[in-house]
Amino acid sequence: MKYVSEFRDPPAARRLVATIESLMSRRPKTLQGAPLKIMEVCGGHTHAIFKFGLETLLPETIELVHGPGCPVCVLPVGRVDDAISIATSEGVIFCTYGDALRVPGSRTSLAGAKAEGADVRTVYSPTDALALARANPSRRVVFFGLGFETTAPSTALTLLQAEREGVSNFFVFSNHVTIIPALRALLDAEDLQVDGFIGPGHVSMVIGVEPYHFIAEHYRRPFVVSGFEPLDVLQSIAMVVAQHVEGRAVVENQYSRLVSTQGNSAAQTAIHEVFKPRAHFEWRGLGSIAESGLELQPRFARFDAEQAFRVPALSVADPKACQCGEVLKGQLRPYECKVFGTACTPETPIGSCMVSSEGACAAYYSYGRLTSLRRASGLKVHP
Amino acid sequence: MCLGVPGQVVAIDDAKTARGVVDVGGVRRVANLACVLEGDDPQALVGAWVLIHVGFAMSRIDAEEAARTLDLIKQLGELDDAP
Ligand code: SF4
Repeated sequence: MKYVSEFRDPPAARRLVATIESLMSRRPKTLQGAPLKIMEVCGGHTHAIFKFGLETLLPETIELVHGPGCPVCVLPVGRVDDAISIATSEGVIFCTYGDALRVPGSRTSLAGAKAEGADVRTVYSPTDALALARANPSRRVVFFGLGFETTAPSTALTLLQAEREGVSNFFVFSNHVTIIPALRALLDAEDLQVDGFIGPGHVSMVIGVEPYHFIAEHYRRPFVVSGFEPLDVLQSIAMVVAQHVEGRAVVENQYSRLVSTQGNSAAQTAIHEVFKPRAHFEWRGLGSIAESGLELQPRFARFDAEQAFRVPALSVADPKACQCGEVLKGQLRPYECKVFGTACTPETPIGSCMVSSEGACAAYYSYGRLTSLRRASGLKVHP
Repeated sequence: MCLGVPGQVVAIDDAKTARGVVDVGGVRRVANLACVLEGDDPQALVGAWVLIHVGFAMSRIDAEEAARTLDLIKQLGELDDAP
């Protein structure tokens, strides 16, 4: 496929790996042998790294840390409970992306609620949910708005269309989140162990690369916005390592075929017209982060599921056994979690990092990270 | 949901709402093109490559930049191969 196969060329991948190795050998003597921790912010990168086995190609001293950029993984228990409470209300059709179906709430998941009789439907696009509302005027149709700036414009444009058409039985339960406050919170955490970042390509397509400059300037960490094919990820790692050995910290854009400096202004306008930042939003594993979530503007109040339905809106603690928080901050590798692969599997997830294929724990589990797993001694791993 | 798929715009379905038909690896899909319009005429998008997320095109794929990135990677090899 165009713009895909070119970026999967094995000889070019080998050249990039050789470049990374030679850059790593130029690190100062005192750092030789010490791990260089690079966080891939976005779950899409986590998925690509495992799918193509990129980690196994890299020098052992490069450690990839899987960041918080998977909107399903960071959805807190309380919001899942709210979604279930809406989905089980009288006459509701609840529409969600498939990724969110199995995220555990405190008692059950949306899939569980569906099995118990709730009308939960999987949609590919918010426009499918709007079409369901048009087709079922006697029902209330709720769309589970999920995702970072990548998907927020789609929800926004769908709401603008619902407003234009005067659809009165369509609602959005917004759980959209924004990446910059989350990165800031991570960087402010004392226990963050990350030397540089691979930046989210598709979020950046919308917001551009300007918003990341504080990370290089203030926090002195290299930040490279990256594409999702193997060559993209390897080239971005080489760029981060190059900055590291040269003692520089700047924002660079590896994914220039899709990401412009300014981002997509039409998409940004749609977000601002429809959404505004919430005072606080809770993230699974990371706790409450100021201005990190998006809620509907007052003009769209009549489409707001949080106003149309009585949601419990409780803050529910993460399950005790789950160490997603430590995983998201790079302190723990997924297989180091006590319940990884035993009590917590993709079939019976305890934490949401095990649910989505973009979650770090699910990626480790599904692609059997044998080299990393073998290093961890005494671990029982399912085939 | 977060990973986009590349496709080529083959037709405009409804110019008013910027709805088009996109060929994604041989499969035709309807997509909203409102965020990738340049100027007022959606028809100008026919033939363009775009990246689609949840039914919405969020960016055009810049062929020149794609070639430039691949060139940079190629040059790495040539430097290493140089005596
Ligand atoms: S293995 Fe399961 S419980 Fe442990 S951190 Fe991952 S998702 Fe959470």
